[in-house]
Amino acid sequence: MFGALKTVILRDLTLAMRHRSDVLTTLFFFIIVVSLFPLGVGPEPEQLRAMAAGVVWVAALLATMLSLGRLFSDDYADGTLEQLVLAPQPLSLIVLGKVIAHWMVAGLPLVIMAPLLGLQFGLSGDALIALMISLLLGTPALSLIGAIGAGLTLGVRGGGVLVSILVLPLYIPVLIFGAGAVESVSAGMGAEGHFALMGAILIMALLLAPWGAAAALRISVE
Amino acid sequence: MAINWFKYSSPATFYPLAGRLAVWFGIASVLLLVVGLYMSFFVAPTDYKQGEGYRIIYIHVPAAWMSMFIYFVMACWAAAGIIWRTRLSSMMALALAPTGAMFTFIALWTGSLWGKPMWGTWWVWDARIVSELILLFLFIGFMALNSAIDDARRAARASGVLAIVGIINLPIIYYSVQWWNTLHQGATIKFSTQGVQSEMSEIMLYSMLVMTFACWFYTIAVVMTRVRRIILEREGNSTWVKEMLQEER
Repeated sequence: MFGALKTVILRDLTLAMRHRSDVLTTLFFFIIVVSLFPLGVGPEPEQLRAMAAGVVWVAALLATMLSLGRLFSDDYADGTLEQLVLAPQPLSLIVLGKVIAHWMVAGLPLVIMAPLLGLQFGLSGDALIALMISLLLGTPALSLIGAIGAGLTLGVRGGGVLVSILVLPLYIPVLIFGAGAVESVSAGMGAEGHFALMGAILIMALLLAPWGAAAALRISVE
Repeated sequence: MAINWFKYSSPATFYPLAGRLAVWFGIASVLLLVVGLYMSFFVAPTDYKQGEGYRIIYIHVPAAWMSMFIYFVMACWAAAGIIWRTRLSSMMALALAPTGAMFTFIALWTGSLWGKPMWGTWWVWDARIVSELILLFLFIGFMALNSAIDDARRAARASGVLAIVGIINLPIIYYSVQWWNTLHQGATIKFSTQGVQSEMSEIMLYSMLVMTFACWFYTIAVVMTRVRRIILEREGNSTWVKEMLQEER
């Protein structure tokens, strides 16, 4: 059974590596959105430091949401998804594999890039570490929750805009605790409470989201 | 005598029942609204701290309760529609959504009107207000997904999954005033093993309950009317609709 999980992850990673520009587009979107804020609100260091966590987190949310379209749509278009639904392995497991691959392609680069952007905003060392940990805990949850929305909007008119209406409200808790963790470190308090809550969100999402996304895919494919 | 519980799960038998329910609950809701408004404006005493401004509670709290309750009922109908594949269940879920969104909006709006004189601000980013705002987005997302998919059955099942996923927001709204230290006040009415405990005076509590029932009956009346329209729209080609329209003509 875990053979199937590994196969799906490797397959999706191989496919992503063959279309490297797709991966880089998400990352550059993230960088550009974050870079726009200092231009928009002005370069006062104090102000930038105060809003850094929120800006990086909102950009990560948007970047993840934009990349959700690729999660199932290619497989849906060429019929692979139907074969995956018919496969003897549980569909939720296959979905989990696809989500893990999606996170490694879309989420992990954001986590690695975030400290650099945080540095540009003048965050301190501790805050940068908190930002990385919060993104490391948060972005997998974003991919998991987003998979439900991506599954529901497969082949739907205006799916790209619709997925934002469906998914962004569900992302709000992750955003609040993720940005809150960095802010509480900047304010001199520990972020353990925020990290614990984000871990809880991640575990809940790991348990329930593959199942929900599998149900969504079954509806879309039938 | 065995009761056939599934008799009214068919749109054909439910349609006339919904019509009767809509009329009776509509009348009851208007009566309760008149009584409730009279009680809340003239009978209930002025609050010693907030003056007359507190009277907005008689619409704010019932609307907030109804918004959460309607979402819960909507998710239950959606789940029933997915599990048993009954057409009527998903129609009920669809019929509930606009009223739920309306009450969510009223709760936010009256809260904002109430917040200005009491807190000095129209809006604060406080846990309860944000989670109620998410509820509004969930209602809107449910309706948007429903209208984006042309095939009615697929639309019902897809939006049903969304409604079930979104139910996670309800405990967050309910407990937000306990989990976080918020500007929004905590629950005044508590349900516990000792029964209902209230920190309000009795007449205020009764006025609020009358208003809640008025909103509740209004919801039933409106939803029944709306579900009749949805039934006609979906079942327009079936024999019973044609026969019924022939008889009416």
